Amino acid sequence: MILFQCILLGFLIVCAISVSFSRNLLNSILIYMSYSLVMSLIWVCLESPDLAITEAAVGAGVTSILFFATLKKIHAIQIEKEKSSQLEETKEEGGEHE
Amino acid sequence: MSKLRPQKEYEKTGAFRFFRWLSGSKDPYVGEVEMKPQEETIIPESTILERMNEKRMMRDKIYDAENNKKLRLFHKIYIASAILFSFVLAGLLLYTVSCLPPVGNSANPANNEVPERYIESGLQETGAVNIVTGMILDYRAFDTFGESNVLFIATVTVLILLHNKKKSAKEEENDRIYEPKNDAILQACAKVLVPVIIMFGIYIILNGHLSPGGGFSGGAIIGAGLILYLNAFGFKKTERMFTEKTYKAICFAALTFYCVAKSYSFYTGANHLDSHIPLGKAGHILSSGLILPLNICVGLVVACTMYTFYVMFRKGDF
Repeated sequence: MILFQCILLGFLIVCAISVSFSRNLLNSILIYMSYSLVMSLIWVCLESPDLAITEAAVGAGVTSILFFATLKKIHAIQIEKEKSSQLEETKEEGGEHE
Repeated sequence: MSKLRPQKEYEKTGAFRFFRWLSGSKDPYVGEVEMKPQEETIIPESTILERMNEKRMMRDKIYDAENNKKLRLFHKIYIASAILFSFVLAGLLLYTVSCLPPVGNSANPANNEVPERYIESGLQETGAVNIVTGMILDYRAFDTFGESNVLFIATVTVLILLHNKKKSAKEEENDRIYEPKNDAILQACAKVLVPVIIMFGIYIILNGHLSPGGGFSGGAIIGAGLILYLNAFGFKKTERMFTEKTYKAICFAALTFYCVAKSYSFYTGANHLDSHIPLGKAGHILSSGLILPLNICVGLVVACTMYTFYVMFRKGDF
């Protein structure tokens, strides 16, 4: 059990560091989600299931969804969408030529 | 004798569609799948060169980085002092942690008469099997009232900041791009998952005084379920049951009930008043006096708040 907790704590540190070093904002939100999930497992190990439920629902669920909505508001995910639509147009043109 | 149906009538039956699907002549999802190939973001080379040029110009013309010895010295000192400061801070914090009393020691200063009272006579005085809930909704109910109000005030702030009824047509169009409309996989998953999630949230709220959980966690789970439903089926379906009016009514009713039930602490100070509500048998769902209705109130406020946050962030309006 102690080994399991040590692995979880190590994962926590790795997540916390990689959130700040990842370039893509979307990736850092996903890493933050996994951080919350591991944190809720640690709460269970510390015998506080109340906090574990709350952490899983708020930290991993609602907070990251709000982050996604904010990213959409500040148009941080828009670039990919535009690129893919452009790609589609070029593909369609290629199909017509054939 | 069986009659041979005409071809057009046969095409309408389920058997025809089944055999068509079985033979693979038409896949119902082809042309309707929303997957698109991902592509890495490529920044045009000219802008990168421009930026690099600008940076070089700044360094050469303004700061004269090659020959400015003061600047170099400052950079070196800056890096060295930053590393030194981090190490000193880390050492200081670790030293402070080593001075703290060990975890689980019976002589710790936290183990005074307050937790003793909670653990020993909490079950008789509050009737809640879950001591944590008994603490936060009976002994410390007034503090929890403050917490609920903090959440409510946070929502009001978000409402003030993000509320815009006038919207340009372009922005509305933009909002529709990302809405996963009629996504078959998402809708099928949501149909199965949403009732289970909401039922689990209700279970946690109602069993708050018997098992781990309580109003806040259950409310957050219900809010998450509502957000999933909204994402799968769009705003039109959720607006049948949840609008701004519902939010106002539920929050007002729940907070007022909580206030009426527990705000006597304003007038009596630390003196406890007996509620004269029978505590019931410990372990039953209808027990422990006011804790169950208070749990439901907190859960309703939290669920509505979570959902409203999301709606405000998405649309800026109900």
